[in-house]
Amino acid sequence: MNEILSFHNVIYTYSPEETEIRKALEDISFSVSDGEWIAIVGHNGSGKSTMAKLMNGLLFPQSGEVRVFGETLNADNLWDIRSQMGMVFQNPDNQFVGATVQDDVAFALENNGVSFKDMVVRVHESLTQVKMEKHLNSEPHHLSGGQKQRVAIAAALALKPKILILDEATSMLDPQGREEVLTTVQRLRKETNLTVLSITHDLEEALLADRILVLNNGRKYTEGTPDEIFSRGEELVELGLDLPFALRMSKILGDNGIILKQDHMSERDLVNDIWISNFKK
Amino acid sequence: MDIQLQKIGYSYAKGTPFEKRALTDVDLEIISGSYQAIIGHTGSGKSTLLQHLNALLKPTEGTIQIGNLMIQAGKKVKNLKPIRQKIGIVFQFPEHQLFDETVLKDIMFGPLNYGVPADEAERRARLLVEQLGLPEEVLEKSPFDLSGGQMRRVAIAGVLAMEPSVLVLDEPTAGLDPRGRREIMDLFHKLHVEKGFTTILVTHSMEDAARYADSVAIMKDGRCVLSGQPIEVFGNEQRLIEFGLAAPRIVRFQREFEELLGYPLPILCLTEEQLVNEIARVAQVERESS
Repeated sequence: MNEILSFHNVIYTYSPEETEIRKALEDISFSVSDGEWIAIVGHNGSGKSTMAKLMNGLLFPQSGEVRVFGETLNADNLWDIRSQMGMVFQNPDNQFVGATVQDDVAFALENNGVSFKDMVVRVHESLTQVKMEKHLNSEPHHLSGGQKQRVAIAAALALKPKILILDEATSMLDPQGREEVLTTVQRLRKETNLTVLSITHDLEEALLADRILVLNNGRKYTEGTPDEIFSRGEELVELGLDLPFALRMSKILGDNGIILKQDHMSERDLVNDIWISNFKK
Repeated sequence: MDIQLQKIGYSYAKGTPFEKRALTDVDLEIISGSYQAIIGHTGSGKSTLLQHLNALLKPTEGTIQIGNLMIQAGKKVKNLKPIRQKIGIVFQFPEHQLFDETVLKDIMFGPLNYGVPADEAERRARLLVEQLGLPEEVLEKSPFDLSGGQMRRVAIAGVLAMEPSVLVLDEPTAGLDPRGRREIMDLFHKLHVEKGFTTILVTHSMEDAARYADSVAIMKDGRCVLSGQPIEVFGNEQRLIEFGLAAPRIVRFQREFEELLGYPLPILCLTEEQLVNEIARVAQVERESS
């Protein structure tokens, strides 16, 4: 698979003059392939948001390099690269600019000089992709949290980005809103070749990714598939993270003498294992 | 201090063309010393409701009794200061309210405003910083140089420094990592138990409500549509689904297990430990009977 984004020994600090303060990012290297879904997890202050800002050139590394679409990100190609990268932030209320849903989605297109005719088509297309096409003329503040974030995703998609970055995009939503957003992202990934980078505290969200990158105190702690990462169990809890529900239950069940063939990531598998290993005669 | 809401209603911008109804006919009784959770979707009226709890908003219909104070729709109420001191509200993202030069000054600001002498306000600030698990050095630092989790604690200390007896928490863990979330929730639970606070938690998290609350109210479209003990409310999955909510994960897991078992467990479990014990018990019974 082709590499779409990578960090090479990236170092970043917000206070370069003070050498004794821990750097925000210390020697980070990783790479993302075209079409992958990567979740970036870590405690508050572990460097996740700094990483997001380095990906789209809001910040530049003091040392090392960030490569996007095969080029080193710099002040010259920044605008070009940014236009192929969509971002959705934490608070759905902070990123609305349009008075209606369709105005909002059209905003970035207008800024990029897309013709009116094309604009109408792309607004419809992208709102259909997130299943919000019935709300063209709704006012954003009348939408639920999940709907708002879906519009924000549509606004990002309208620019036909290659990469979508979700910066804690579900953290302020209620469970239903979170579900809506995650289902939308899963569907988009099936239908298109979108690369997704999601920065999250939600371990259930991280489970959906192809690969997880764990940050700790500004350093890369480890990376791997969800199975590999969560098999580390208690180690993650020590890093200030949590375990997915089914895995946490597996551990407690084991500690209390319930026989299990293995630990599980999915609730369905766990409940079946409890049944087969302990009850079925 | 008991808080009683009777048939309260609230409309924003009442009597103007922009009038917007936010609450209708809400009845809720919060007993002194209890832990009340209020759950609902964005826009269900939770935040409007909580602003009534210390009279930041006054109902446009109905009455609210807060301790000895009676607030009636359409009537002026004098001297709200003591009530506002007694009822501390921790708003969503409380760290956005930090403003002073140092953490110490920031925490002291509230009590000083209410006429607490400076040395007493300082004593409270120092004590709270310790109780909230912050290092002593932060007192002289700017609140803006702290990490997100620390800033949140400082903001909470600012509310606790008023020595309230009722603590209202609006999504207090939003944006924190799992450890931070657990620490803050455990802290509030400890305060609730040790200081005998009445705690009112506005949350999206069914899990937190199940774990900590002794009473749960569900809001939908400005109405309180379901309330009672957690076991009653969370056991009523059919209604929860009607309201667009899901039962806590642990309850859903119990239901999946019961489906295989073929009969319901005698109790509804609200914590992981409880359910595991129950499964272990049933496994034992089944082994002995076979």
